[in-house]
Amino acid sequence: MTMISFQTTLFRVLKWVFLALLALTVIFPFYYMVVMSFVPIQDLLREPLTLVPEIQQLTVETYRQVVAPESEGGFGFARFMRNSAVVATAATLLTMVLAIPASYAMTRMRFAGSKKIGALFIAVYMFPQIIIAVPVFVGFQILGLGTSLVGLTIAYIALTVPVSVHMLRSYLRGIPESIDEAAMIDGATRWQIMRKITVPLAMPTIISTALYSFMIAWNEFLFALLFLSAKPELWTVSLGLTRLADGQEVSRTILMAGSVLITAPIILLYGLVERWLTEGLTAGAEKG
Amino acid sequence: MTTTVDTRPAGARRSRRTESERRDNRAGWSMVGPLVAIVTMVIVIPILWTFILSFQDARYSDVARNGLANPFTLDNYIDTLTSSGFWESIWVTVVYTVCTTIGSIALGYIAALAMRDRFRGRGIMRAAFLLPYVAPVVATAYVWKTMLNPQYGVINAMGVEYLGWDQGIDFLGREPYALATVIVYEIWRYFPFAFIFFAAALTGLSRDVEEAALVDGATPWQKFWHVITPQMMPVIVLLTLLRMVMTFNKFDDIYLLTGGAAGTEVAAVRVYDQLTGSSDIGAASANSVILAIILAIGLGAYMKITKRMSAS
Repeated sequence: MTMISFQTTLFRVLKWVFLALLALTVIFPFYYMVVMSFVPIQDLLREPLTLVPEIQQLTVETYRQVVAPESEGGFGFARFMRNSAVVATAATLLTMVLAIPASYAMTRMRFAGSKKIGALFIAVYMFPQIIIAVPVFVGFQILGLGTSLVGLTIAYIALTVPVSVHMLRSYLRGIPESIDEAAMIDGATRWQIMRKITVPLAMPTIISTALYSFMIAWNEFLFALLFLSAKPELWTVSLGLTRLADGQEVSRTILMAGSVLITAPIILLYGLVERWLTEGLTAGAEKG
Repeated sequence: MTTTVDTRPAGARRSRRTESERRDNRAGWSMVGPLVAIVTMVIVIPILWTFILSFQDARYSDVARNGLANPFTLDNYIDTLTSSGFWESIWVTVVYTVCTTIGSIALGYIAALAMRDRFRGRGIMRAAFLLPYVAPVVATAYVWKTMLNPQYGVINAMGVEYLGWDQGIDFLGREPYALATVIVYEIWRYFPFAFIFFAAALTGLSRDVEEAALVDGATPWQKFWHVITPQMMPVIVLLTLLRMVMTFNKFDDIYLLTGGAAGTEVAAVRVYDQLTGSSDIGAASANSVILAIILAIGLGAYMKITKRMSAS
């Protein structure tokens, strides 16, 4: 009995110590990123331990410099963000247009080869990016899509489609098929049923899947690096920030301001769909 | 209407059914067709092409000029398998994969257990724990680099100030710190992934068995080890599989933190260097194919072991 109460107390204490430490480890880098983006670089170099700077120390000059185009002595981050927004939005819309009908058909229609297609998507999910990177890079160079945002958008579909199909399928499986059957007796076609009944029912999942795709495309780095390195006017946020970091004369505070700018939209979107997103990603985990 | 259908002879009913089957077939393919076409174009063909390129002595200009018509050779495989850098990168990749897979799953599991009981602020804390996973890798990698900088990084400043270090440690530029640091970073970035899976699975767990165990006088540790963990095994197995696959070919994290220097050259970074540095496409492809084979063998062994363990 004493063993039980001893362990219960011990675990309770350990639990709070652990959670406090973990929360600190998780949040501190983001806090540091924001603080460093607002202090002048001389202050960082002179006093690296200042974690709570004075109000009058703060400056927004760094941000002005990061966002301004190169012609005005800035680093052109506004353009990187526009490129990323265009590519990520286009890739997301295309993914949804392709993945929604396909997921619908895979969950409730039996057609020739439907089982094989299900297996194909599981296999594709397992295939790592670096293996397809070589031929996609070479092939797109030959097709003339290598150094373009169009080529990058198409390549991103390869990254967003498998996980989108997974999330949509596990949700659609839960919508009873009797609804579809009733509509079919009324003479509706499969496409009509999907558009008028299934899509509205699945809207929360569709939105969270779309935003997850957007995050993948916005955060992506390897394909952008392979495709766009030669053309600064097409750089996305990830590539732009890396190229900034490679330049010797660029200060750390500039890098931190850039990091804040590329992280903020993602955290905003994530805040909107946090609950739906975790449910969609873990669908099927309880069953193993 | 339906009664008239039912009174028709059996043959007519069967043809009606095959007609609806045919209609489903056509609608089904119109729905999956475009997706299958795109996936074939950007995933299936590239994989097959990698395989072919790995048997050719091809630089970028050869492929642009001759397409697939370059002469076949085994040189890429022989060169890859006999170079010492290759085996070293495989060893680094295995260490990196095993450590980060175990580390991120263990941390995610403990975090999910610690947050199992409701408390004030749990929702916010849970959302915050996912930040490392959703934030852009480039941004978090640069924050870590800044924090770990030997001259002005806050971690080194603290070490010198409070822990009595003589000088800052070059965490990302010196062996063996560099590999340990990228492993810690990777655990930090991916424990949230395991965390949300465990949190979902724990919510679905019935508490009856645990209460019975408590009545029988089980200690909290026994409850954790003999009651909860066995029920979490399917999740642990699934996560191990997913994390192993994802980490084994991970590129961006290490490329951004160290560029593959100081004993951190994992296989994916090596492939990238072959591709862009020497534009040796054949070697890069052979390297990718061997990686895929090693990964497949590892996964096969893993599945066999878990199957045997669940059988006994």
